[in-house]
Amino acid sequence: MATLRLNWKKVKQAREAARQIAEDSNTYTQQFTTTTVERSICRLLGIDGVDDMGVPLPNVVVEHLVAHQLLGHGVTYWLGQAVISLGKEPQELAEAVARGELDLTHTHPVDPYEVDLWASRKAEEALAKIHTNRLIREEKLREYGDHSGPLLYVIVATGNIYEDIVQAKAAARQGADIIAVIRTTGQSLLDYVPYGATTEGFGGTMATQENFRLMREALDEVGEEVGRYIRLCNYCSGLCMPEIAVMGAFERLDVMLNDALYGILFRDINMQRTLIDQSFSRMINAAAGIIINTGEDNYLTTSDAYEEAHTVLASQFINEQFALQAGLPEEQMGLGHAFEMDPELKNAFLYEYAQAQMARQIFPNAPLKYMPPTKFKTGNIFKGYVQDALFNMVTVISHQRIHLLGMLTEAIHTPFLSDRALAIDNAKYISTSMADFGSDIEFRQGGIMEQRADVVLDLALDLLENIRKDGLFRTLEEGRFAGVRRPFEGGKGLSGVVTKEDHYLNPFVPLLLEEARVGSQRYHQGKQQSDQGEQYE
Amino acid sequence: MSKGTASKKADLDTSLDLTYLKPYGDTMNDGKVQLSFTLPVPDSEVAVEAARLLSLKMGLVEPTVTYHAPLDKSFSFFVVYGSLSHVVDYTQIHVDSVDVNVMTMEETDLFIQQNFGRKIKVIGASTGTDAHTVGIDAILNMKGYAGHYGLERYKMIDALNLGSQVTNEDFIRKAVEFDADVLLVSQTVTQKNVHIQNLTELVELLEAERLRTRFLLIIGGPRISHELAKELGCDAGFGPGKYADDVASFICQELAARKQQN
Repeated sequence: MATLRLNWKKVKQAREAARQIAEDSNTYTQQFTTTTVERSICRLLGIDGVDDMGVPLPNVVVEHLVAHQLLGHGVTYWLGQAVISLGKEPQELAEAVARGELDLTHTHPVDPYEVDLWASRKAEEALAKIHTNRLIREEKLREYGDHSGPLLYVIVATGNIYEDIVQAKAAARQGADIIAVIRTTGQSLLDYVPYGATTEGFGGTMATQENFRLMREALDEVGEEVGRYIRLCNYCSGLCMPEIAVMGAFERLDVMLNDALYGILFRDINMQRTLIDQSFSRMINAAAGIIINTGEDNYLTTSDAYEEAHTVLASQFINEQFALQAGLPEEQMGLGHAFEMDPELKNAFLYEYAQAQMARQIFPNAPLKYMPPTKFKTGNIFKGYVQDALFNMVTVISHQRIHLLGMLTEAIHTPFLSDRALAIDNAKYISTSMADFGSDIEFRQGGIMEQRADVVLDLALDLLENIRKDGLFRTLEEGRFAGVRRPFEGGKGLSGVVTKEDHYLNPFVPLLLEEARVGSQRYHQGKQQSDQGEQYE
Repeated sequence: MSKGTASKKADLDTSLDLTYLKPYGDTMNDGKVQLSFTLPVPDSEVAVEAARLLSLKMGLVEPTVTYHAPLDKSFSFFVVYGSLSHVVDYTQIHVDSVDVNVMTMEETDLFIQQNFGRKIKVIGASTGTDAHTVGIDAILNMKGYAGHYGLERYKMIDALNLGSQVTNEDFIRKAVEFDADVLLVSQTVTQKNVHIQNLTELVELLEAERLRTRFLLIIGGPRISHELAKELGCDAGFGPGKYADDVASFICQELAARKQQN
């Protein structure tokens, strides 16, 4: 691949600044847990289902402890006590709490050592389930082979999981590699995860564990038919980030939208809450071998893509470091960026290409997620198709990995079956026609594109140095990302942040980190073997 | 068939008659249109004939299926060209559109200065469950959209953007706190007409609190028209292709007109 001459000293400085930013933030947030972190632990411990009123049992248990102001010990602590003293499983206990028959904080005290032992054993059971799913994915990818080049990513968004399945299967047959089920509008602000199969949604479909399962089953089926592994993507964001991560790990999702800052900026979720939640959700995604997609592209829908390009790069550095500190390896970091410049801007294509190429070189092992134009889609489908073609060219020649396909009907409606097929045709045509273009050219030294990369890197470094100095929280308060101001104590979900007590217990953290580490090792061994295999051919 | 088309063309009356308006391909009154659609049946000769018959029923004379392809085992895609037999009487059309003299930002600022002597307060949001801010940002943000500066840049407009997913209740409360003159509501998600439901609720809430006439209520979005806005009880609606200058011009001229009436 042709390469831009980048200032690697500055890249290193930017990365170091981001590392410190993430570390400072984590040092603060590690003092806390949240209601959704504890609910995700309930789920990992096997609690599922809803009560008579339709309230999910993990919420019932956690609210019960919140009411006693005892959540700071961690839900594992109270459940462990009750399991041992009553000889019942967490699910039975949760059902009893829901019926009002059990107070978890008043069971017979037991030896804390026994609680620890029980917790470790239960954590291993949950991890075994996640591990098995991971192996199934690896086995299928070995069996079918995983193609190199961009993975074609399309969305389904009917609101009805059964209709989504029809559309998803059609898209897979047309050549899609990743199916993302768009979530119903507003779900990110629900402080619980809906339950069961759903057929009603606006602009998307509820993320529920049963919907995940149904779509997984359908994609495995169509994958077998077409001889490819079809990846499934959903949204691990909003007020239930870590719970959705657990559901995804249990139902073998492959890709999850999971950004450290997105909820703060674009959903007005409290910054402390989001930063705590993202950390645990990323540990789960890391262990499950799930590729996370970060949401930098969104900055460019609210601010100018030319002027604010450096905020994207800065955020990529920050997301990278938050991910690393949650044990998530590079090969699972789908850092985001987008092709969103004003089509009237002279040389916009060169700037877009320079930025995409720069991201590729700075994050060489990350499966970068590249987003199509949306902001300047007008309803003129003919122009829209050309805009997508230019975007597809940059994707192919700068070797992006997760290729979100633009729809010619963007700004009109959620995609029709034919819109998706036309988008796939467009992408396939360009990836065939321009397959080796990116490796057959050279960038002019000091040319427009190298100058562009220099400017963006300089500005990103400045921004990161400033954030390091002032701290991430103040930066967010002052609106230096995406032009959105968020107060430290403001936004939704702050009441769900709870200070951890001294003997707070979360048995999953070390196991998740270990599973992620070993899984990454396996990935690199496999990659080495297949790279060698290619050399011998 | 091509012979038939040619003779047809020769017979065409190629003078423009506005009472008898039809689409234009390359000759006056040829009525040529293009369309594409999907049928939920496998791609086959029968499917192509079905597409042709449907086109006939749409009023296309001599429809030609120029392209067809399978989209899936049981879905097929068609591109069809034909001549539309329908006409409309252009001289009898009445459209309820925002009737305003569109001014530049400088002209608007001057107009407000001269007519009000104070800043006009505008509060905007994407309300309900709608998470998209692209519309409200295009109108309000300093930077604007496609070269049209947003209201934040106007010297004589005090603009407050509440962002997305603002409930109607919160929106009204903040509007009163801000002492707004104008409410701007953007609606991007329109699936299952969720925007109609949401806007109806907003108008009802305003009426219930006797606040409806206190504000100029303007809505916008890809599926919003002025006619729809009026129908829903709003003061104006701006759809695709309208920018901050259109909205600002309407705001100041309408407020000035109301001021004169009082």
